[in-house]
Amino acid sequence: MSSQPDIEIKNLTFSYDTVPVLEDVNLKVAHGEFATIVGPNGGGKTTLLKLLLGLLKPVHGKIEVLGSSPEKARLQVGYMPQHADLDPQFPITVMDVVLLGRLGRRFGGRYSKKDRQLASEALEEVQLGHTARMPFSRLSGGQKQRVLIARALCCDPEMLLLDEPTANIDPEVEETLLAILQALNRRMTILLVSHDMGFVSRVVKSVICVNRRVFIHPTSQMDGTLIKDVYGSDYCMVRHDHRCSEEGHFHD
Amino acid sequence: MITGAAKKGISMIEFFNALMDPDNEFLRLALMVGLLASLSFGIIGTYIITRRISYIAGAISHCVFGGIGAGLYLRYRVGWTWIDPMHGALAAALLAAVIIGLVSLYARQREDTVIGALWAVGMAAGLLFIDLTPGYFNLASYLFGDILLISKSDLWMVLVLDGVVVTLAVYFYNTLLGVCFDHEFARLRGVQVGPFYILLLCLTALTVVLLVRVVGIVMVVAMLTLPAAVAGQFARRLWHMMILAIFFCMAFTWAGLSISYSYGLSSGPTIIMVAGATYLLVLVGRKIPLRRRQR
Repeated sequence: MSSQPDIEIKNLTFSYDTVPVLEDVNLKVAHGEFATIVGPNGGGKTTLLKLLLGLLKPVHGKIEVLGSSPEKARLQVGYMPQHADLDPQFPITVMDVVLLGRLGRRFGGRYSKKDRQLASEALEEVQLGHTARMPFSRLSGGQKQRVLIARALCCDPEMLLLDEPTANIDPEVEETLLAILQALNRRMTILLVSHDMGFVSRVVKSVICVNRRVFIHPTSQMDGTLIKDVYGSDYCMVRHDHRCSEEGHFHD
Repeated sequence: MITGAAKKGISMIEFFNALMDPDNEFLRLALMVGLLASLSFGIIGTYIITRRISYIAGAISHCVFGGIGAGLYLRYRVGWTWIDPMHGALAAALLAAVIIGLVSLYARQREDTVIGALWAVGMAAGLLFIDLTPGYFNLASYLFGDILLISKSDLWMVLVLDGVVVTLAVYFYNTLLGVCFDHEFARLRGVQVGPFYILLLCLTALTVVLLVRVVGIVMVVAMLTLPAAVAGQFARRLWHMMILAIFFCMAFTWAGLSISYSYGLSSGPTIIMVAGATYLLVLVGRKIPLRRRQR
């Protein structure tokens, strides 16, 4: 592991209006980490992800990703959104979706032979090579999610950020996904947002709990208690943003 | 009694004969403009359908009326004889596109309010400008289109516009695909999503101005969306959809013109009715085999 962490957040505060969504966040994610971001709805998980991607700017504090600002680093980051955010009727083939990972490298947006080859390889890596010519709309939710992982891989990333890869996915499909991510973790840092603790506790190396301060939103306190019960006593529920385990190991 | 098919056959032959008639220069011109403009309509219509911004096209088209009113006012009241109402239309359409683009990029939540406001204010401005301008103007041809009033200069306008739209749409195909399918991801890949979105809206504005000549302000949205919507029922890729949309647009224009000529009907509404009827038939036709497959 290199001494320079892949992600370093110092004294971060963020708010959309006057109410802080994230407050006093200090976080370090080492290179090669496989971490999950958990927390109640409205706790700031998505906000944190968007800050890391440079889609939002912190009100106070500093974020460094891969040694530079999130805006500069984003080309080295592979991002996978939830497939439900995309238009399910859009006329596009699986290959076209994966190729979007190669966008932005040339002014007009033309793809080279190498781009197509990389896209094919990425699709093979998520075991969906046979679907390349199929319409994206025909795939199941789990397949779509894997295609979006392939698209993120196609960016040639040093780090993967995944937004709820297990949302609306069958348990056996989840197994496949899990194996793919574990294999990928050997060569890149992975951060994923998850609701699903079963998924998380078996594979990830550490957990990042994200929650707003309790006194701002009383319902989040309820959620927090619930999550604490589910995770067991060795997980701590935090009011601010906080790494639950400094050493970062949560195997069964 | 003549059966429907035979009657249609006769009207087709009539239409051919009319096209060949040396006195019917206007009809040939109308058909040519309609068919050539279909190139832009199909390409831009596809982007509009897939990006789900047909209401923006509606707002732009109603702003065009404000531009036409301003053009007439400047020409006949102020005395700038070099100004044509279509110049006003073009300026108003582009202005509306840029305003809507900036609002949707930088003030996301209020986008629909601004679009609704522009829609009505554009229309109102046009009517007030015309109130203030002396003389009588045939507003119906702007509102409902009159392809038969098309002139040689319109043909040039169509050719130039086709050139611009096709060049940009082909050159930036992958980028525009990315922006339409997943603009957030495109932005993360370093694509300047904002300028590309405004470019798309400006191309829409240019196309809308052309469409106003063919089907009129009120029916612009239908002609932009219906051919692409029919194409969308069959297409698996964006460019397939564009080519199909161009084809359907040409077919609707051809059929609509020939029917309107044979029966002495207005051209714009006839084209729209043909397009609407086809869309309905395709939707119904696609539903039936689907149910069988499910069993």
